[in-house]
Amino acid sequence: MSTVVTPGLFSLVDVSVSKKTPYLMAGFAVFVLVAFGFVGKTDTVAFQWSKEDDLIHLPDFIVASNVVGLVLGTALVAIALLSFVLAQRKRVTPLWLTLIFGLLAVVALLAWLAAGNTLPFAFIFGNAVVLAVPLALGAMGGIMSERVGVVNIAIEGQLLTGAFLAAVVGSLTDNLYFGLIVAMIGAALLSMVLAVFSIQYLVDQIIVGVVLNVLVLGITNFLYAQWLSSDGQNSNFPGTFPIIPIPGLSAIPIIGPALFEARITTYLAYLIIPTLWFILFKTRLGLRARAVGEHPLAADTVGINVARTRFWWVTIGGLVAGLGGAALTIGAVGAFGRNMSGGQGFIALAVVILGRWHPFSAAAAALLFGFSIVLRIWANQVSPGIPTDFITIVPYVVTLIAVVGFVGRVRAPAATGKPYIKG
Amino acid sequence: MKLELRGITKRFGSLVANDKINLVVNSGEIHALLGENGAGKSTLMNVLYGLYAAEEGDIALDGVVHKFKGPGDAMAAGIGMVHQHFMLIPVFTVAENVVLGHEPTGILDTLDIETARTRVREISERFGFEIDPDALVEDLPVGAQQRVEIIKALARDAKVLVLDEPTAVLTPQETDELMGIMKGLATAGTSIVFITHKLREVQAVADRITVVRLGAVVGEAKPTDSAETLAAMMVGRAVDLSVNKKAPKRGETGLAVSGLTVIGDRNNKVVDDVSFEVRAGEVLAIAGVQGNGQTELAEALVGLRIPSSGSIHLGKLDITHSTVREVIDAGVGYIPEDRSKDGLVGDFTIAENVMINRSYDPPFAKGLNIDFVNREHIADKLIHDYDVRTPSQVTLAKNLSGGNQQKVVVARELSRELSLLIASQPTRGVDVGSIEFIHERIVATRDAGKPVVIVSTELDEVTALADRIAVMYRGRIVGIVDSTTSRETLGRMMAGATL
Repeated sequence: MSTVVTPGLFSLVDVSVSKKTPYLMAGFAVFVLVAFGFVGKTDTVAFQWSKEDDLIHLPDFIVASNVVGLVLGTALVAIALLSFVLAQRKRVTPLWLTLIFGLLAVVALLAWLAAGNTLPFAFIFGNAVVLAVPLALGAMGGIMSERVGVVNIAIEGQLLTGAFLAAVVGSLTDNLYFGLIVAMIGAALLSMVLAVFSIQYLVDQIIVGVVLNVLVLGITNFLYAQWLSSDGQNSNFPGTFPIIPIPGLSAIPIIGPALFEARITTYLAYLIIPTLWFILFKTRLGLRARAVGEHPLAADTVGINVARTRFWWVTIGGLVAGLGGAALTIGAVGAFGRNMSGGQGFIALAVVILGRWHPFSAAAAALLFGFSIVLRIWANQVSPGIPTDFITIVPYVVTLIAVVGFVGRVRAPAATGKPYIKG
Repeated sequence: MKLELRGITKRFGSLVANDKINLVVNSGEIHALLGENGAGKSTLMNVLYGLYAAEEGDIALDGVVHKFKGPGDAMAAGIGMVHQHFMLIPVFTVAENVVLGHEPTGILDTLDIETARTRVREISERFGFEIDPDALVEDLPVGAQQRVEIIKALARDAKVLVLDEPTAVLTPQETDELMGIMKGLATAGTSIVFITHKLREVQAVADRITVVRLGAVVGEAKPTDSAETLAAMMVGRAVDLSVNKKAPKRGETGLAVSGLTVIGDRNNKVVDDVSFEVRAGEVLAIAGVQGNGQTELAEALVGLRIPSSGSIHLGKLDITHSTVREVIDAGVGYIPEDRSKDGLVGDFTIAENVMINRSYDPPFAKGLNIDFVNREHIADKLIHDYDVRTPSQVTLAKNLSGGNQQKVVVARELSRELSLLIASQPTRGVDVGSIEFIHERIVATRDAGKPVVIVSTELDEVTALADRIAVMYRGRIVGIVDSTTSRETLGRMMAGATL
């Protein structure tokens, strides 16, 4: 017998808002101000906004590294103070402020790392988008499945399936679009297995997901070793989709080249993310799907077929994740490698949660992780002296701060992970 | 619309939940389905609503036999149902909940939420509901949520409306309002099936009464029949509905709670500055509509929730921050409101369940071992003393009926030296025979000079057992009154009115 909870009825606790966010911010701000400003490096940094061949070429912005540290450090201190004032007035620091804070802190770090060098913003941003696409698509697949109440641990396997099939079918048929379609269908079939086992046979969703991941990893590793590595020219050399600049939009300085000089896989992601949002929150289809994920019995009592809804959303989610897998191979590097997804499916799961099961927030979270991957690559090149592990953790620290800002407000669809058994 | 159920039989394994049940509900009639918990009322209605498939029997509407494959078919045929546990999605708005499953749409399958709002407003105005279509359901009080359920059924043109134990979560005043609504609907031509075990409500509102017992129809009764007659039909023997108890012999203060505040999961004060005292030898009942902080208060008293401020004294002993085991060792007996979740381990035997709170002490333990011989004796004795109907002491708790499960919990808690008894919903979902028994035991505990705290949402139980009544509303105690206070006054207090 469940207790009826009516939280809205009770008076709210009259305690001051937790000050952990302002204190954390203040700590970071002072660190940035001192380490990158007062005792920072005096060498100059060239902020490279545009690539050589951009239509509108912005000149590099050259400034001393410690000046950047001082300016940004001061700005961070100001934001931290603002956060204190908000907490004093019993208001929570808004997320966008936290995000700006994190962004500025990261820029200050970059300026310090790049002292005596150039800071290629165009390169970093552009690659962050490319790397975020598979994560974002994987996350969209995850959202579709979790919104109807099925935990999808198998995103990793779906990405890997998509990556493998796209490369191999694309090579063998010499048609990348064919490879793309087969990749999506393959991942969707994998998703169907998850759907059937968890919905029809009520097997624990986590276990099915893990088994599928291991299965796909094993099969692709085997085929790679036995076949692709010796016959790479024929079966694993698909090439990549051409880069299509969008006229007009791609001429916008800084963001144009990063966002609108991309491959079809990226553009499909741009299409899928808002479409998913629209379907989930604006249509009958989405309302029913969310009802199934929140309270399947209630959905059943108004005549919605819970099993069928879950089955199709999970399957179509696989289709989307398969596209993400294809983006790893024929949308980026042009060949399949052993364990190509390398845990990105699990990062996509984190993206789903950080994005609170919302397509737009998840896309932003994916971009954050994409950014962190590029940063690691770039920092390795410019500052060999600094332990790369240190650089690598910075974006995650930023993420953690962002999550702290959310605490208590993240709520998964109520029926996620729970099988629905009809009486 | 005239509803006929002909010879409905529904089995779960070897258990016959419904045995050839016949029921006829005429158009515009309020037909009460009266029976004890577990008599098969809800099962029958779930068959009617297409949630369960019956093994035998027909459902006919206006003489036409229908076969329902699912709730969708039943709704299309004009059957609406307000479930005991609401079928609403907490994070959706009222309008979204009402149209779910038959949504008005525009181009591209978009939701036409404006039409949905209008529909909610129309029905609200017609029956005087005052429901905001854009409110989130989780923010509404329970009574309002129930109206949303009724709107949901009416929005689909339900001609037959089934209400499954609709008053369980309502204050007496809300119950009266609901009965007014039911009469209004019936006058407008809706046939209503009213499922309940409360005699008072049946007498107040029903046109005709069908009594079910152990899955079968016992007979028909008239609302003018006396409560004793109805109770006897429902239970199968004469029932004494009153609890005999002498005036309390109050002793020293047994439990003193002062300024107790408990913060809930959503940063709200679920228990808000609560103070009261219970003397030895008296029963204090905490009354109130479900979900007003009583559960949390009881859990705080036994150490399951940590209070953020205030104090709890058991005699001279401060147990505010004691662990659950320290509270048990101090002699506090606790009957939790949800026996299957908190009171028993379903997959343990009766014998294992009766030792579960004293597993580390004699007589159940001998050093590091369980004293099996002693346990067997004690379990047999308790089964006998507390009249637990079971084949043996090694029967799993989950295989007992609700009433017998509750007797096991009561036996465990009362079979040791107590300094305080806290009983939360001690007779919820329990058959009348067991209710009488459990009530007797609680009164006996009081008469043995122990302080007793009862938490109950059943006003009948509160007035029958209590020496004093504290009414909780939104986490606060509205007032502490004498047990002779009228139902009307208590009802107003349950809705938040101070004295």
